[in-house]
Amino acid sequence: MSRTNLPERDALSSRHAQYVAVQHSTEFQDLRSRRRRFVFPMTAFFLVWYATYVLLGAFAHDFMAIKVLGNVNVGLLLGLGQFVTTFVITGLYVRFANKELDPRAEAIRSKLESEAS
Amino acid sequence: MKLLAAAQTVGNPVANIAIFAVFVLITLFVVIRAGRKKSSAAEFFTGGRAFTGPQNGIAIAGDYLSAASFLGIAGAIAVYGYDGFLYSVGFLVAWLVALLLVAELLRNTGKFTMADVLSFRLKQRPVRLAAATSTMTVSLFYLLAQMAGAGGLVALLLDIKGRTGQSIVIAVVGVLMIVYVLIGGMRGTTWVQIIKAVLLISGAAIMTVMVLAKFGLDFSNILGSAQAAISGSANEAVANRDVLAPGAQYGGSTISKLNLLSLGLALVLGTAGLPHVLMRFYTVPTAKEARRSVVWAIALIGAFYLFTLALGYGAAAIVGPDRILAAAGGQNSAAPLLAFELGGVVLLGVISAVAFATILAVVAGLTITASTSFAHDVYASVLKSHDVTEDEQVRVSRITAVVLGIFAIGLGILANGQNIAFLVALAFAVAAAANLPTILFSLYWARFNTRGAL
Repeated sequence: MSRTNLPERDALSSRHAQYVAVQHSTEFQDLRSRRRRFVFPMTAFFLVWYATYVLLGAFAHDFMAIKVLGNVNVGLLLGLGQFVTTFVITGLYVRFANKELDPRAEAIRSKLESEAS
Repeated sequence: MKLLAAAQTVGNPVANIAIFAVFVLITLFVVIRAGRKKSSAAEFFTGGRAFTGPQNGIAIAGDYLSAASFLGIAGAIAVYGYDGFLYSVGFLVAWLVALLLVAELLRNTGKFTMADVLSFRLKQRPVRLAAATSTMTVSLFYLLAQMAGAGGLVALLLDIKGRTGQSIVIAVVGVLMIVYVLIGGMRGTTWVQIIKAVLLISGAAIMTVMVLAKFGLDFSNILGSAQAAISGSANEAVANRDVLAPGAQYGGSTISKLNLLSLGLALVLGTAGLPHVLMRFYTVPTAKEARRSVVWAIALIGAFYLFTLALGYGAAAIVGPDRILAAAGGQNSAAPLLAFELGGVVLLGVISAVAFATILAVVAGLTITASTSFAHDVYASVLKSHDVTEDEQVRVSRITAVVLGIFAIGLGILANGQNIAFLVALAFAVAAAANLPTILFSLYWARFNTRGAL
């Protein structure tokens, strides 16, 4: 990258300016904040849920050992619950990304490409 | 003593070797075919970014589901019960970090290695050096864990007890791994991962079905029998365990409870920092495919860990803790022994060949990651200040792969007999502490700077 000669470097810096312009555009900021508004709360939720689970596993043995169905106890159900929430969050995110993120990202990209050509 | 002898001569070594040899031949064929494509740098390091999301997802699962997670977790559940299950929950939940925070953005910024992402934002030289160092440290620990595991597995399967014999096997694994990486590059190793992941997951699925069938599709029944078998153990410490509740392994003192907490943290945060997993996000063409591949990986990994739950308790119930602990591979032999009980010599041969293939595939994946990192970050960017062609990078990376392979063989022989899961946890801890924060900061925090990263 650092071996580029001068004309290429000019082209690079004009492309650079373009990217900066895109970064400041409302569309991009909108995309970014939408993504973050979904991702950050979700992350907080599953980290807290997982931490709760591990803490229970470490300190609340008796609670985890309460039998619910036959030999299946609370601990196992909570553990399987972690699997379920993981799958559900994955599904939610994919739906969100397909519906909300991809069209917007695509719009920004095609705008950028039409400007470039 | 009689039990002991019976456990050690399980299966037929010749059948095991034959099945394993078939796997090696098939994968070699695939690798050679994949390697025939023109080898540009992008081709060698990322497989030309031509993999689809599902393909890459399966490969990620293949990279991730190492022998340690198959043999180690099934064994831990069989002997410690619930505490073994805690591992698998952590291993799975960790993928949400990768999905939500890392995968797509990483794909959009990166070129070949983790250091590329970081050096977008930060000063090149120091960051690249640091990133490469941490990549290589993590890879090396992980490699070691796999190599040590190969030794133990072979001890069980081929009935090779002498250290020399085991060392030879470790050397063979190392040489095969070097060959895969040299010939196939990223494309070849990715195909090896895919084949192996399919074999591993279907093998685990078949065994799970057999275990469930044996207990009349009643999961609670398996749990009950597992507890009964544990309580009936000749070893008093084992017999006193309540394997259905947490605490058998991390129960005692406050320190061991804290150990569990820190382990849980390391697992969740470490996964998204594992360099060979990160590198997989560069083999797909777009961010959308990166997302799809994580989704596939989550589905497969989740299913796999549910299988190990059944397998672990099934092994405790059917094989029994005493035989598992007495077998040549200790805890790690729970799954192979269970396979033998369920399907005789053939199933044992298949499962152990799969486990062996797993080790092989994972070490190949690690080696290519580490050697890419060295060639691209250390050699090209730091030593030569970018003054190298991409062809030369590929060449250096190949040499690194060979050196690393030899190094890993040597260390693997030395580490033979160490606890696999411990070494893996160490690798995760380094990855969690060093890699993930820097990556997250450079992806999300505008004012992140070079000094902070180092």
